[in-house]
Amino acid sequence: MTNYLLRHLQVMLFSLGRLWRQPVASLMTITVIGIALVLPAGLFVLSENMSSLSNRWDSASQITLFLQKELTPQQAQQLSDELKEWSTIEQLHYQSAEQSLDEFRQLSGLGEVLDSLPSNPLPAIIIVEPSDEGAEKATIGKLVTQLNDLPQVEQAQLDMEWLQRFRSINKMVQRGISILAILLSLSVVLAIGNTIRLAILSRESEIRVMKLVGATDRFIRRPFLYTGFWYGFLGGLFAWVTLVLTMGLLSGPVSELAGHYGSDFSLHWFGGFLFLILPFTGAMLGISGAWLAVGRHLHLIEPS
Amino acid sequence: MIHFTDVYKRYPNNYEALSGLSFDLDEGEMAFLTGHSGAGKSTLLKLIALIERGSHGQVIVGNQNLSSLPKRKIPFYRRQIGIVFQDHNLLHDRTVFDNVALPLVIAGEGHREIGRRVRAALDKVGLLSKERNLPIALSGGEQQRVGIARAVVNRPPILLADEPTGNLDPELSREIMNLFEQFNQVGVTVFVATHDIALIQTLPYRQVILKQGRLDD
Ligand SMILES: Nc1ncnc2c1ncn2[C@@H]1O[C@H](COP(=O)(O)OP(=O)(O)O)[C@@H](O)[C@H]1O
Ligand SMILES: [Mg+2]
Repeated sequence: MTNYLLRHLQVMLFSLGRLWRQPVASLMTITVIGIALVLPAGLFVLSENMSSLSNRWDSASQITLFLQKELTPQQAQQLSDELKEWSTIEQLHYQSAEQSLDEFRQLSGLGEVLDSLPSNPLPAIIIVEPSDEGAEKATIGKLVTQLNDLPQVEQAQLDMEWLQRFRSINKMVQRGISILAILLSLSVVLAIGNTIRLAILSRESEIRVMKLVGATDRFIRRPFLYTGFWYGFLGGLFAWVTLVLTMGLLSGPVSELAGHYGSDFSLHWFGGFLFLILPFTGAMLGISGAWLAVGRHLHLIEPS
Repeated sequence: MIHFTDVYKRYPNNYEALSGLSFDLDEGEMAFLTGHSGAGKSTLLKLIALIERGSHGQVIVGNQNLSSLPKRKIPFYRRQIGIVFQDHNLLHDRTVFDNVALPLVIAGEGHREIGRRVRAALDKVGLLSKERNLPIALSGGEQQRVGIARAVVNRPPILLADEPTGNLDPELSREIMNLFEQFNQVGVTVFVATHDIALIQTLPYRQVILKQGRLDD
Protein backbone atom coordinates (compact mmCIF):
# COMPACT_ATOMS: atom_id res chain seq x y z
CA MET A 1 0.00 0.00 0.00
CA THR A 2 2.71 2.51 0.96
CA ASN A 3 4.56 1.25 -2.08
CA TYR A 4 1.51 2.06 -4.21
CA LEU A 5 1.19 5.56 -2.79
CA LEU A 6 4.89 6.11 -3.17
CA ARG A 7 4.67 5.21 -6.84
CA HIS A 8 1.79 7.63 -7.31
CA LEU A 9 3.81 10.34 -5.65
CA GLN A 10 6.72 9.53 -7.96
CA VAL A 11 4.57 9.81 -11.08
CA MET A 12 3.05 13.02 -9.73
CA LEU A 13 6.47 14.62 -9.27
CA PHE A 14 7.71 13.15 -12.53
CA SER A 15 4.81 14.83 -14.38
CA LEU A 16 5.54 18.11 -12.62
CA GLY A 17 9.18 17.74 -13.64
CA ARG A 18 8.14 17.36 -17.27
CA LEU A 19 6.16 20.61 -17.12
CA TRP A 20 9.14 22.27 -15.49
CA ARG A 21 11.42 21.20 -18.30
CA GLN A 22 9.25 23.04 -20.83
CA PRO A 23 8.65 26.20 -18.84
CA VAL A 24 7.45 28.48 -21.63
CA ALA A 25 4.91 26.09 -23.12
CA SER A 26 3.69 25.06 -19.67
CA LEU A 27 3.36 28.62 -18.50
CA MET A 28 1.32 29.54 -21.55
CA THR A 29 -1.12 26.70 -20.94
CA ILE A 30 -1.32 27.55 -17.23
CA THR A 31 -1.98 31.20 -18.05
CA VAL A 32 -4.80 30.32 -20.43
CA ILE A 33 -6.40 28.16 -17.77
CA GLY A 34 -5.78 30.78 -15.10
CA ILE A 35 -7.51 33.48 -17.11
CA ALA A 36 -10.45 31.20 -17.85
CA LEU A 37 -10.81 30.54 -14.12
CA VAL A 38 -10.21 34.08 -12.89
CA LEU A 39 -13.11 35.51 -14.88
CA PRO A 40 -15.96 33.66 -13.18
CA ALA A 41 -14.18 33.85 -9.82
CA GLY A 42 -13.77 37.61 -10.13
CA LEU A 43 -17.38 38.10 -11.12
CA PHE A 44 -18.41 35.91 -8.22
CA VAL A 45 -16.53 38.15 -5.80
CA LEU A 46 -18.07 41.22 -7.40
CA SER A 47 -21.60 39.87 -7.18
CA GLU A 48 -21.15 38.67 -3.59
CA ASN A 49 -19.98 42.14 -2.67
CA MET A 50 -22.98 43.64 -4.42
CA SER A 51 -25.26 41.32 -2.45
CA SER A 52 -23.72 42.21 0.87
CA LEU A 53 -23.98 45.88 -0.07
CA SER A 54 -27.68 45.51 -0.85
CA ASN A 55 -28.22 43.65 2.42
CA ARG A 56 -26.78 46.59 4.35
CA TRP A 57 -29.17 48.90 2.57
CA ASP A 58 -31.94 46.49 3.37
CA SER A 59 -31.66 47.15 7.10
CA ALA A 60 -31.43 50.85 6.37
CA SER A 61 -34.61 50.85 4.34
CA GLN A 62 -37.46 52.98 5.74
CA ILE A 63 -41.00 53.89 4.87
CA THR A 64 -42.20 57.47 4.76
CA LEU A 65 -45.88 58.05 5.59
CA PHE A 66 -47.25 61.28 4.16
CA LEU A 67 -50.20 62.10 6.42
CA GLN A 68 -53.54 63.57 5.37
CA LYS A 69 -53.48 67.37 5.45
CA GLU A 70 -56.53 67.56 7.78
CA LEU A 71 -54.92 65.45 10.48
CA THR A 72 -54.31 67.34 13.73
CA PRO A 73 -51.05 66.79 15.60
CA GLN A 74 -53.02 64.96 18.30
CA GLN A 75 -54.48 62.56 15.74
CA ALA A 76 -51.04 62.06 14.28
CA GLN A 77 -49.67 61.28 17.73
CA GLN A 78 -52.48 58.77 18.22
CA LEU A 79 -51.62 57.10 14.94
CA SER A 80 -48.00 56.93 16.01
CA ASP A 81 -48.95 55.22 19.24
CA GLU A 82 -51.06 52.65 17.36
CA LEU A 83 -48.31 51.88 14.91
CA LYS A 84 -45.80 51.40 17.71
CA GLU A 85 -47.69 48.26 18.70
CA TRP A 86 -47.10 46.60 15.29
CA SER A 87 -44.56 43.81 15.41
CA THR A 88 -43.36 44.67 11.95
CA ILE A 89 -42.37 48.16 13.04
CA GLU A 90 -39.29 48.94 15.05
CA GLN A 91 -39.33 52.71 15.41
CA LEU A 92 -41.30 55.75 14.40
CA HIS A 93 -40.34 59.32 13.97
CA TYR A 94 -42.99 61.96 13.71
CA GLN A 95 -42.30 65.20 11.91
CA SER A 96 -44.93 67.92 11.86
CA ALA A 97 -45.73 69.96 8.77
CA GLU A 98 -43.89 72.93 10.32
CA GLN A 99 -40.79 70.84 10.96
CA SER A 100 -40.94 69.58 7.40
CA LEU A 101 -41.09 73.14 6.18
CA ASP A 102 -38.17 74.17 8.37
CA GLU A 103 -36.09 71.30 7.19
CA PHE A 104 -36.86 72.05 3.58
CA ARG A 105 -36.08 75.70 4.12
CA GLN A 106 -32.66 74.87 5.50
CA LEU A 107 -31.82 72.33 2.87
CA SER A 108 -33.04 74.28 -0.12
CA GLY A 109 -32.20 77.82 0.86
CA LEU A 110 -35.50 78.94 -0.65
CA GLY A 111 -36.65 80.66 2.53
CA GLU A 112 -38.07 83.81 0.91
CA VAL A 113 -40.05 81.90 -1.69
CA LEU A 114 -41.55 79.69 0.99
CA ASP A 115 -42.40 82.68 3.16
CA SER A 116 -44.37 84.18 0.30
CA LEU A 117 -46.63 81.12 0.06
CA PRO A 118 -50.07 81.53 1.55
CA SER A 119 -49.98 78.21 3.41
CA ASN A 120 -47.56 75.38 4.16
CA PRO A 121 -47.60 73.04 1.13
CA LEU A 122 -45.80 70.26 2.98
CA PRO A 123 -47.56 67.46 4.88
CA ALA A 124 -46.64 66.08 8.26
CA ILE A 125 -44.80 62.80 7.92
CA ILE A 126 -44.03 59.72 9.97
CA ILE A 127 -40.84 57.92 9.16
CA VAL A 128 -41.25 54.22 9.87
CA GLU A 129 -38.30 51.94 10.47
CA PRO A 130 -39.43 48.36 9.98
CA SER A 131 -38.36 45.74 12.50
CA ASP A 132 -36.20 42.85 11.29
CA GLU A 133 -39.41 40.88 10.80
CA GLY A 134 -41.00 43.64 8.76
CA ALA A 135 -37.91 44.37 6.71
CA GLU A 136 -37.75 40.94 5.15
CA LYS A 137 -38.16 40.91 1.42
CA ALA A 138 -41.42 38.96 1.63
CA THR A 139 -43.09 41.18 4.26
CA ILE A 140 -41.94 44.68 3.42
CA GLY A 141 -44.30 44.95 0.46
CA LYS A 142 -47.24 43.86 2.62
CA LEU A 143 -46.30 46.38 5.27
CA VAL A 144 -46.26 49.19 2.75
CA THR A 145 -49.73 48.19 1.50
CA GLN A 146 -51.11 48.04 5.03
CA LEU A 147 -49.77 51.48 5.80
CA ASN A 148 -51.13 52.81 2.51
CA ASP A 149 -54.58 51.54 3.41
CA LEU A 150 -54.72 53.52 6.67
CA PRO A 151 -57.28 56.35 6.33
CA GLN A 152 -54.92 58.82 8.02
CA VAL A 153 -52.21 58.19 5.46
CA GLU A 154 -52.18 59.94 2.13
CA GLN A 155 -49.33 57.86 0.83
CA ALA A 156 -46.81 55.36 2.16
CA GLN A 157 -43.57 55.24 0.25
CA LEU A 158 -40.79 52.70 0.50
CA ASP A 159 -37.67 54.78 0.13
CA MET A 160 -35.67 52.04 -1.47
CA GLU A 161 -37.67 50.80 -4.38
CA TRP A 162 -34.58 50.94 -6.48
CA LEU A 163 -33.12 48.37 -4.12
CA GLN A 164 -35.47 45.83 -5.65
CA ARG A 165 -34.21 46.74 -9.06
CA PHE A 166 -30.65 46.48 -7.85
CA ARG A 167 -31.45 43.03 -6.50
CA SER A 168 -32.97 41.81 -9.75
CA ILE A 169 -29.98 43.06 -11.66
CA ASN A 170 -27.70 41.27 -9.27
CA LYS A 171 -29.70 38.09 -9.63
CA MET A 172 -29.37 38.38 -13.38
CA VAL A 173 -25.64 38.95 -13.05
CA GLN A 174 -25.34 35.88 -10.84
CA ARG A 175 -27.13 33.74 -13.37
CA GLY A 176 -24.89 35.13 -16.07
CA ILE A 177 -21.87 34.21 -13.98
CA SER A 178 -23.11 30.64 -13.62
CA ILE A 179 -23.48 30.29 -17.36
CA LEU A 180 -20.10 31.90 -17.95
CA ALA A 181 -18.52 29.62 -15.35
CA ILE A 182 -19.92 26.55 -17.06
CA LEU A 183 -18.72 27.69 -20.49
CA LEU A 184 -15.27 28.60 -19.23
CA SER A 185 -14.97 25.33 -17.31
CA LEU A 186 -15.76 23.54 -20.52
CA SER A 187 -13.09 25.53 -22.30
CA VAL A 188 -10.57 24.62 -19.58
CA VAL A 189 -11.42 20.95 -20.02
CA LEU A 190 -10.99 21.23 -23.78
CA ALA A 191 -7.79 23.27 -23.56
CA ILE A 192 -6.18 20.76 -21.21
CA GLY A 193 -7.58 17.89 -23.25
CA ASN A 194 -5.96 19.29 -26.35
CA THR A 195 -2.63 19.88 -24.61
CA ILE A 196 -2.65 16.31 -23.32
CA ARG A 197 -3.57 15.03 -26.76
CA LEU A 198 -0.48 16.71 -28.19
CA ALA A 199 1.61 15.30 -25.35
CA ILE A 200 0.31 11.82 -26.13
CA LEU A 201 1.06 12.18 -29.83
CA SER A 202 4.57 13.46 -29.16
CA ARG A 203 5.19 10.39 -26.99
CA GLU A 204 3.71 7.92 -29.41
CA SER A 205 6.87 5.88 -29.89
CA GLU A 206 7.54 5.88 -26.17
CA ILE A 207 4.03 4.58 -25.50
CA ARG A 208 4.60 1.80 -28.07
CA VAL A 209 7.80 0.74 -26.35
CA MET A 210 6.16 0.79 -22.93
CA LYS A 211 3.32 -1.39 -24.16
CA LEU A 212 5.87 -3.78 -25.68
CA VAL A 213 7.61 -4.31 -22.38
CA GLY A 214 4.34 -4.99 -20.60
CA ALA A 215 2.92 -1.65 -19.48
CA THR A 216 -0.78 -1.69 -18.66
CA ASP A 217 -3.06 1.06 -19.97
CA ARG A 218 -3.41 2.26 -16.41
CA PHE A 219 0.35 2.68 -16.08
CA ILE A 220 0.61 4.63 -19.33
CA ARG A 221 -2.41 6.74 -18.50
CA ARG A 222 -1.19 7.83 -15.09
CA PRO A 223 1.46 10.44 -15.98
CA PHE A 224 -0.91 12.08 -18.48
CA LEU A 225 -3.66 12.32 -15.87
CA TYR A 226 -1.19 13.86 -13.46
CA THR A 227 -0.08 16.30 -16.15
CA GLY A 228 -3.72 17.35 -16.53
CA PHE A 229 -3.98 17.63 -12.76
CA TRP A 230 -0.95 19.94 -12.60
CA TYR A 231 -2.12 22.18 -15.44
CA GLY A 232 -5.49 22.64 -13.74
CA PHE A 233 -4.07 23.01 -10.24
CA LEU A 234 -1.42 25.53 -11.25
CA GLY A 235 -3.94 27.36 -13.46
CA GLY A 236 -6.19 27.63 -10.40
CA LEU A 237 -3.33 29.00 -8.31
CA PHE A 238 -2.52 31.46 -11.07
CA ALA A 239 -6.16 32.59 -11.06
CA TRP A 240 -6.09 33.01 -7.29
CA VAL A 241 -2.93 35.10 -7.32
CA THR A 242 -4.30 37.27 -10.14
CA LEU A 243 -7.53 37.79 -8.23
CA VAL A 244 -5.80 38.69 -4.98
CA LEU A 245 -3.56 41.17 -6.75
CA THR A 246 -6.57 42.74 -8.48
CA MET A 247 -8.47 42.98 -5.20
CA GLY A 248 -5.42 44.55 -3.60
CA LEU A 249 -5.42 47.20 -6.30
CA LEU A 250 -9.17 47.81 -5.97
CA SER A 251 -9.66 47.79 -2.21
CA GLY A 252 -8.06 51.20 -1.60
CA PRO A 253 -10.16 53.12 -4.13
CA VAL A 254 -13.32 51.24 -3.04
CA SER A 255 -12.93 52.20 0.62
CA GLU A 256 -12.21 55.74 -0.45
CA LEU A 257 -15.36 55.80 -2.55
CA ALA A 258 -17.39 54.29 0.29
CA GLY A 259 -15.92 56.96 2.58
CA HIS A 260 -17.33 59.69 0.37
CA TYR A 261 -20.77 58.19 0.94
CA GLY A 262 -20.22 58.00 4.67
CA SER A 263 -20.03 54.22 4.55
CA ASP A 264 -17.46 51.92 6.09
CA PHE A 265 -18.02 49.38 3.31
CA SER A 266 -14.93 47.51 2.19
CA LEU A 267 -14.43 44.73 -0.35
CA HIS A 268 -14.81 41.19 0.88
CA TRP A 269 -12.09 39.07 -0.76
CA PHE A 270 -13.20 35.49 -0.17
CA GLY A 271 -9.44 34.86 -0.35
CA GLY A 272 -9.40 31.74 1.81
CA PHE A 273 -12.46 30.24 0.19
CA LEU A 274 -11.13 30.83 -3.31
CA PHE A 275 -7.68 29.57 -2.33
CA LEU A 276 -9.33 26.23 -1.59
CA ILE A 277 -11.81 26.23 -4.42
CA LEU A 278 -9.80 27.54 -7.40
CA PRO A 279 -6.88 25.08 -7.47
CA PHE A 280 -9.24 22.26 -6.55
CA THR A 281 -11.70 23.10 -9.32
CA GLY A 282 -8.82 23.58 -11.73
CA ALA A 283 -7.37 20.19 -10.81
CA MET A 284 -10.74 18.48 -11.31
CA LEU A 285 -11.20 20.12 -14.70
CA GLY A 286 -7.62 19.23 -15.63
CA ILE A 287 -8.07 15.58 -14.78
CA SER A 288 -11.35 15.52 -16.74
CA GLY A 289 -9.65 17.02 -19.78
CA ALA A 290 -6.80 14.53 -19.52
CA TRP A 291 -9.27 11.64 -19.23
CA LEU A 292 -10.98 12.83 -22.34
CA ALA A 293 -7.73 12.91 -24.33
CA VAL A 294 -6.37 9.68 -22.88
CA GLY A 295 -9.61 7.83 -23.52
CA ARG A 296 -9.70 8.91 -27.12
CA HIS A 297 -6.07 8.54 -28.11
CA LEU A 298 -4.19 6.08 -25.94
CA HIS A 299 -5.81 2.88 -27.14
CA LEU A 300 -5.14 3.84 -30.75
CA ILE A 301 -1.41 3.56 -30.11
CA GLU A 302 -0.42 -0.09 -30.27
CA PRO A 303 2.96 -1.62 -31.02
CA SER A 304 3.38 -2.72 -34.62
CA MET B 1 7.55 -23.84 -24.94
CA ILE B 2 6.25 -22.41 -28.20
CA HIS B 3 3.78 -24.43 -30.27
CA PHE B 4 2.37 -23.37 -33.65
CA THR B 5 -0.39 -25.52 -35.12
CA ASP B 6 -1.66 -24.76 -38.64
CA VAL B 7 -1.27 -21.02 -38.15
CA TYR B 8 -2.39 -18.51 -40.78
CA LYS B 9 -1.90 -14.78 -40.67
CA ARG B 10 -3.80 -12.62 -43.09
CA TYR B 11 -3.24 -8.86 -42.82
CA PRO B 12 -6.18 -6.45 -43.17
CA ASN B 13 -5.14 -5.78 -46.78
CA ASN B 14 -5.79 -9.50 -47.40
CA TYR B 15 -2.11 -10.33 -47.78
CA GLU B 16 -1.42 -13.76 -46.36
CA ALA B 17 1.93 -13.50 -44.55
CA LEU B 18 1.83 -16.93 -42.89
CA SER B 19 0.15 -20.03 -44.30
CA GLY B 20 -0.46 -23.30 -42.44
CA LEU B 21 2.52 -22.98 -40.17
CA SER B 22 3.25 -25.75 -37.64
CA PHE B 23 6.37 -26.10 -35.50
CA ASP B 24 7.49 -26.46 -31.87
CA LEU B 25 10.24 -24.94 -29.84
CA ASP B 26 11.23 -26.73 -26.65
CA GLU B 27 11.80 -25.13 -23.31
CA GLY B 28 15.43 -24.02 -23.04
CA GLU B 29 16.01 -24.43 -26.76
CA MET B 30 17.81 -21.87 -28.92
CA ALA B 31 16.80 -21.58 -32.58
CA PHE B 32 17.16 -19.25 -35.55
CA LEU B 33 14.32 -18.09 -37.73
CA THR B 34 15.53 -17.46 -41.26
CA GLY B 35 14.19 -16.84 -44.72
CA HIS B 36 14.20 -14.20 -47.45
CA SER B 37 13.07 -10.68 -46.81
CA GLY B 38 9.27 -10.69 -46.67
CA ALA B 39 9.11 -14.40 -45.82
CA GLY B 40 7.15 -13.69 -42.66
CA LYS B 41 9.81 -13.79 -39.92
CA SER B 42 8.72 -10.59 -38.20
CA THR B 43 5.09 -11.59 -38.51
CA LEU B 44 5.80 -14.88 -36.77
CA LEU B 45 7.57 -13.17 -33.86
CA LYS B 46 4.72 -10.64 -33.60
CA LEU B 47 2.27 -13.50 -33.16
CA ILE B 48 4.34 -14.82 -30.26
CA ALA B 49 4.56 -11.36 -28.66
CA LEU B 50 0.85 -10.77 -29.33
CA ILE B 51 1.59 -7.65 -31.34
CA GLU B 52 -0.51 -9.33 -33.99
CA ARG B 53 -3.06 -12.10 -33.67
CA GLY B 54 -3.30 -15.11 -35.97
CA SER B 55 -6.27 -15.39 -38.33
CA HIS B 56 -6.50 -19.13 -37.96
CA GLY B 57 -4.80 -21.97 -36.08
CA GLN B 58 -3.35 -22.23 -32.63
CA VAL B 59 -0.39 -20.55 -30.96
CA ILE B 60 0.48 -21.82 -27.51
CA VAL B 61 3.25 -20.19 -25.49
CA GLY B 62 4.15 -21.68 -22.14
CA ASN B 63 0.78 -23.14 -21.20
CA GLN B 64 -1.14 -20.20 -22.59
CA ASN B 65 -3.32 -20.48 -25.67
CA LEU B 66 -2.88 -17.00 -27.12
CA SER B 67 -6.17 -16.89 -29.01
CA SER B 68 -8.06 -17.08 -25.72
CA LEU B 69 -5.96 -14.46 -23.93
CA PRO B 70 -8.08 -11.34 -23.27
CA LYS B 71 -6.68 -7.96 -24.21
CA ARG B 72 -6.34 -6.72 -20.65
CA LYS B 73 -4.02 -9.63 -19.83
CA ILE B 74 -1.64 -8.94 -22.70
CA PRO B 75 0.63 -6.62 -20.65
CA PHE B 76 1.19 -9.33 -18.05
CA TYR B 77 1.78 -11.93 -20.72
CA ARG B 78 4.39 -9.70 -22.39
CA ARG B 79 6.34 -9.41 -19.16
CA GLN B 80 7.29 -13.07 -19.63
CA ILE B 81 8.85 -12.36 -23.00
CA GLY B 82 11.95 -10.31 -23.70
CA ILE B 83 12.02 -8.74 -27.14
CA VAL B 84 15.02 -7.31 -28.97
CA PHE B 85 14.47 -5.21 -32.08
CA GLN B 86 16.69 -4.34 -35.00
CA ASP B 87 16.22 -0.62 -34.33
CA HIS B 88 16.58 -1.00 -30.55
CA ASN B 89 13.39 0.91 -29.65
CA LEU B 90 15.12 2.81 -26.87
CA LEU B 91 13.70 5.94 -25.24
CA HIS B 92 16.03 8.70 -26.29
CA ASP B 93 15.23 11.15 -23.54
CA ARG B 94 16.13 8.68 -20.80
CA THR B 95 19.45 7.39 -19.61
CA VAL B 96 20.73 3.91 -20.28
CA PHE B 97 19.87 3.03 -16.70
CA ASP B 98 16.29 4.29 -17.01
CA ASN B 99 15.81 2.47 -20.32
CA VAL B 100 16.90 -0.83 -18.86
CA ALA B 101 14.86 -0.19 -15.70
CA LEU B 102 11.63 0.38 -17.66
CA PRO B 103 10.26 -3.21 -17.50
CA LEU B 104 10.95 -3.33 -13.76
CA VAL B 105 9.33 0.04 -13.12
CA ILE B 106 6.32 -1.10 -15.09
CA ALA B 107 6.15 -4.31 -13.07
CA GLY B 108 6.18 -2.19 -9.91
CA GLU B 109 9.50 -3.43 -8.51
CA GLY B 110 10.99 -1.68 -5.52
CA HIS B 111 13.69 0.93 -5.82
CA ARG B 112 16.53 -1.22 -4.50
CA GLU B 113 15.63 -4.28 -6.49
CA ILE B 114 15.54 -2.16 -9.64
CA GLY B 115 19.00 -0.77 -9.02
CA ARG B 116 20.43 -4.21 -8.32
CA ARG B 117 18.91 -5.91 -11.34
CA VAL B 118 19.58 -3.11 -13.82
CA ARG B 119 23.25 -3.10 -12.87
CA ALA B 120 23.42 -6.86 -13.13
CA ALA B 121 21.93 -6.72 -16.64
CA LEU B 122 24.21 -3.86 -17.71
CA ASP B 123 27.20 -5.71 -16.30
CA LYS B 124 26.18 -8.76 -18.32
CA VAL B 125 26.21 -6.80 -21.59
CA GLY B 126 29.36 -4.90 -20.59
CA LEU B 127 27.83 -1.42 -20.28
CA LEU B 128 27.93 -0.80 -16.56
CA SER B 129 30.13 2.25 -17.05
CA LYS B 130 27.58 3.86 -19.39
CA GLU B 131 24.52 3.77 -17.18
CA ARG B 132 24.29 7.57 -16.93
CA ASN B 133 24.60 8.14 -20.69
CA LEU B 134 21.78 8.89 -23.06
CA PRO B 135 21.37 6.28 -25.83
CA ILE B 136 22.35 8.86 -28.43
CA ALA B 137 25.87 8.92 -26.96
CA LEU B 138 26.35 5.21 -27.66
CA SER B 139 27.46 3.34 -30.77
CA GLY B 140 25.02 1.10 -32.67
CA GLY B 141 26.41 -2.05 -31.09
CA GLU B 142 26.19 -0.53 -27.62
CA GLN B 143 22.63 0.60 -28.19
CA GLN B 144 21.72 -2.93 -29.21
CA ARG B 145 23.28 -4.23 -26.03
CA VAL B 146 21.17 -1.78 -24.01
CA GLY B 147 18.16 -3.22 -25.83
CA ILE B 148 19.25 -6.71 -24.86
CA ALA B 149 19.79 -5.70 -21.24
CA ARG B 150 16.28 -4.26 -21.17
CA ALA B 151 14.88 -7.48 -22.69
CA VAL B 152 16.44 -9.71 -20.05
CA VAL B 153 16.36 -7.48 -16.98
CA ASN B 154 13.19 -9.04 -15.58
CA ARG B 155 14.48 -12.56 -16.37
CA PRO B 156 11.81 -13.66 -18.86
CA PRO B 157 11.73 -17.37 -19.76
CA ILE B 158 11.55 -16.49 -23.46
CA LEU B 159 13.78 -14.14 -25.45
CA LEU B 160 12.81 -13.09 -28.97
CA ALA B 161 15.03 -11.08 -31.29
CA ASP B 162 14.11 -9.65 -34.70
CA GLU B 163 17.22 -9.06 -36.83
CA PRO B 164 19.27 -7.97 -33.81
CA THR B 165 22.47 -7.80 -35.86
CA GLY B 166 20.94 -6.23 -38.95
CA ASN B 167 22.92 -3.02 -38.70
CA LEU B 168 26.13 -4.36 -37.18
CA ASP B 169 29.43 -5.48 -38.65
CA PRO B 170 30.38 -9.22 -38.41
CA GLU B 171 32.53 -8.83 -35.31
CA LEU B 172 29.80 -7.03 -33.32
CA SER B 173 27.20 -9.44 -34.66
CA ARG B 174 29.16 -12.35 -33.28
CA GLU B 175 29.37 -10.65 -29.88
CA ILE B 176 25.63 -10.15 -29.82
CA MET B 177 24.98 -13.80 -30.75
CA ASN B 178 27.37 -14.75 -28.04
CA LEU B 179 25.23 -12.91 -25.50
CA PHE B 180 22.15 -14.78 -26.67
CA GLU B 181 24.00 -18.05 -26.27
CA GLN B 182 24.89 -17.12 -22.70
CA PHE B 183 21.27 -16.44 -21.85
CA ASN B 184 20.30 -19.74 -23.43
CA GLN B 185 22.87 -21.52 -21.31
CA VAL B 186 21.07 -20.37 -18.15
CA GLY B 187 17.80 -21.83 -19.43
CA VAL B 188 16.16 -19.08 -21.45
CA THR B 189 14.34 -20.17 -24.60
CA VAL B 190 15.88 -18.05 -27.37
CA PHE B 191 14.39 -17.45 -30.83
CA VAL B 192 16.31 -15.14 -33.17
CA ALA B 193 15.09 -14.02 -36.59
CA THR B 194 17.94 -13.19 -38.92
CA HIS B 195 19.02 -13.45 -42.53
CA ASP B 196 22.69 -13.37 -41.61
CA ILE B 197 23.27 -16.89 -42.97
CA ALA B 198 27.02 -16.62 -42.83
CA LEU B 199 26.93 -16.05 -39.10
CA ILE B 200 24.45 -18.73 -38.11
CA GLN B 201 26.08 -21.43 -40.25
CA THR B 202 28.95 -21.33 -37.78
CA LEU B 203 26.61 -21.94 -34.81
CA PRO B 204 25.21 -25.32 -33.76
CA TYR B 205 21.54 -24.37 -33.44
CA ARG B 206 18.37 -25.42 -35.19
CA GLN B 207 17.03 -23.24 -38.00
CA VAL B 208 13.36 -22.64 -38.70
CA ILE B 209 13.30 -21.59 -42.34
CA LEU B 210 10.42 -19.63 -43.85
CA LYS B 211 9.65 -19.26 -47.53
CA GLN B 212 6.73 -17.08 -48.49
CA GLY B 213 4.96 -17.68 -45.23
CA ARG B 214 5.43 -21.45 -45.26
CA LEU B 215 7.85 -23.75 -43.53
CA ASP B 216 10.66 -24.69 -45.89
CA ASP B 217 12.21 -28.05 -45.05
N1 LIG C 1 0.92 -4.67 -41.22
C1 LIG C 1 1.01 -5.28 -42.45
N2 LIG C 1 0.03 -5.11 -43.32
C2 LIG C 1 0.10 -5.71 -44.54
N3 LIG C 1 1.11 -6.49 -44.94
C3 LIG C 1 2.14 -6.69 -44.09
C4 LIG C 1 2.14 -6.08 -42.79
N4 LIG C 1 3.26 -6.46 -42.17
C5 LIG C 1 3.94 -7.23 -43.03
N5 LIG C 1 3.26 -7.39 -44.18
C6 LIG C 1 3.68 -8.18 -45.30
O1 LIG C 1 3.82 -9.52 -44.88
C7 LIG C 1 4.97 -10.09 -45.48
C8 LIG C 1 5.87 -10.63 -44.42
O2 LIG C 1 6.41 -9.54 -43.73
P1 LIG C 1 7.43 -9.75 -42.55
O3 LIG C 1 6.83 -10.67 -41.56
O4 LIG C 1 7.83 -8.41 -42.06
O5 LIG C 1 8.63 -10.46 -43.30
P2 LIG C 1 10.17 -10.56 -42.87
O6 LIG C 1 10.28 -10.09 -41.47
O7 LIG C 1 10.48 -12.00 -43.06
O8 LIG C 1 10.93 -9.71 -43.83
C9 LIG C 1 5.62 -9.02 -46.33
O9 LIG C 1 5.25 -9.19 -47.66
C10 LIG C 1 5.02 -7.73 -45.81
O10 LIG C 1 4.87 -6.80 -46.85
MG1 LIG D 1 11.36 -8.53 -40.62
